[in-house]
Amino acid sequence: MRKIYYALKYVCIAALVISLVALLAVVAYVLINGLDKLSFHLVFGEYDPNMPTLLPALVGTLQLIGVAAIIAIPIGVASAIFLVEYTNNKGKFVKIVQVAAETLAGIPSIVYGLFGYLIFVVAFGWGYSIIGGGITLAIMILPTIVRSTQESLLSVQGGLREGAYALGTSKVRTIFRIVLPSAAGGIVTAIILAIGRVVSESAVLILTIGMVVNKVPETLMSPGTSLALDIYYFASHGYPNEAAATAVVLLVFVILLNLLAGWIGNMIKKSTYGDAK
Amino acid sequence: MNEFIGSMNITAKGCNLYYGDFHALKDINIEIPEKQVTALIGPSGCGKSTFLKIFNRMNDLVEGCRIEGEYHIGGIDIFDKETDVNILRKNVGMVFQKPNPFPMSIYDNIAFAPRTFGITKKSKLDEIVEQSLRRASIWDEVKDRLRKNALGMSGGQQQRLCIARSLAASPKVLLMDEPTSALDPISTGKIEELMEELKKDLTIVIVTHNMQQATRIADKTAFFLLGELVEYGNTDDIFTSPRDERTERYITGRFG
Ligand SMILES: Nc1ncnc2c1ncn2[C@@H]1O[C@H](COP(=O)(O)OP(=O)(O)OP(=O)(O)O)[C@@H](O)[C@H]1O
Ligand SMILES: [Mg+2]
Repeated sequence: MRKIYYALKYVCIAALVISLVALLAVVAYVLINGLDKLSFHLVFGEYDPNMPTLLPALVGTLQLIGVAAIIAIPIGVASAIFLVEYTNNKGKFVKIVQVAAETLAGIPSIVYGLFGYLIFVVAFGWGYSIIGGGITLAIMILPTIVRSTQESLLSVQGGLREGAYALGTSKVRTIFRIVLPSAAGGIVTAIILAIGRVVSESAVLILTIGMVVNKVPETLMSPGTSLALDIYYFASHGYPNEAAATAVVLLVFVILLNLLAGWIGNMIKKSTYGDAK
Repeated sequence: MNEFIGSMNITAKGCNLYYGDFHALKDINIEIPEKQVTALIGPSGCGKSTFLKIFNRMNDLVEGCRIEGEYHIGGIDIFDKETDVNILRKNVGMVFQKPNPFPMSIYDNIAFAPRTFGITKKSKLDEIVEQSLRRASIWDEVKDRLRKNALGMSGGQQQRLCIARSLAASPKVLLMDEPTSALDPISTGKIEELMEELKKDLTIVIVTHNMQQATRIADKTAFFLLGELVEYGNTDDIFTSPRDERTERYITGRFG
């Protein structure tokens, strides 16, 4: 028996090593192939036909984040507040919304892409545009934001709400001064993870923003590209090292996003807990 | 009108309460005198908390809860359409079994209710905060850390903070649901002393499982059993010469 336990332990260690190695291999591969092409010019320089740059993708990615966030965060958070605080998270309506959200979260992103294409590109006649892509991404991340905000709100101890009501506090004040601050950490984390999906998405964007890699979008109605799309573009047009360099930039982007999440989370905690003064 | 005025007697007439089909309180009639401590005792599940929560209408938050009867505090019909539930709760404070300080500073906890009701002047808030903490006899322990997070306090301190938080709303009635059941004997003693002080200005109704506590602090005692009010009277009488046999069995620890 003892031997089996020991064996089990080593199997687990081996599994851990394999997953770590796989992860490191990806990062190392990207760094080795990309670092040498990574330069200030590649990232921020002017595009010319012989020397692709990432500037359009950087601008496009930030614009997509902006559009998706401005739409998805208020709608998502407000829906979750309604479901948890105003319907008690119970009843037929909530069930339906819940099932819908779960189903929507499970749909492959290319399907959202197709939807965005048919609606914004074709039906609205916008052609490929940053705004069409951003709205499509917003629709895609909305269910995730609703679900995780719901979870965060539900994890706020019931005693806090009771305590507030027992002092004669209105529902709205209870939500804004007690419930939301207590849930803010979880909500912010959820939002940042959702933004991570925006940054890493490519299927949706091929069909909605058009992968125009050589031009910084003039307005939100212009077509454009994103970092993830540029990787695809470079790799499929004979620039594997530029693709790897782009991947490095994307990695840094994602890491910065996570650091930002942590930092904002801490700021919120501080202001919630009133230890600042 | 934000304040209840006049005498703060509490009356319940023909009280019946249902959770869905479950008849939780059965035909209860009681008159609770002002500026005294009244204890509600009885075995677990007999409806003490349910009864207590009628008076600040916390049962409104419970889905499927239906209440019949007439309830008055200081002559005000608490279920009347004209009665604003938030004003009622401001005047009828509640302290819960589990301390529930808000995740914010000690100062902000106490200032919460005054701010809700429109007090914003710093000097006025400072005054209310100090006065409330003093009345809950916790001022000396926290006066140097008012800006610290309230969650960093001990359980006993948290409970007195919650009492101070209620007092800051300047209630006329204080409902306490087993406020000391999670606390050590020293903290419990402090809270009992505090109630002696508070009843000079406040009507206090307290649920307790602790018979000694009831005899120590309560002027009146009400014994509940299976949703009925079995016996109600002066604490001394209830504990020395109960009229009902079920009361006697309960206080001598022979059932429940
Ligand atoms: N929200 C609710 N929905 C349905 N039934 C409830 C609800 N709250 C309480 N009850 C039931 O009503 C009865 C009285 O409950 P209550 O909490 O008032 O008892 P209690 O005397 O305070 O008990 P304890 O001493 O354990 O706190 C119990 O049978 C309980 O199961
Ligand atoms: Mg109870």
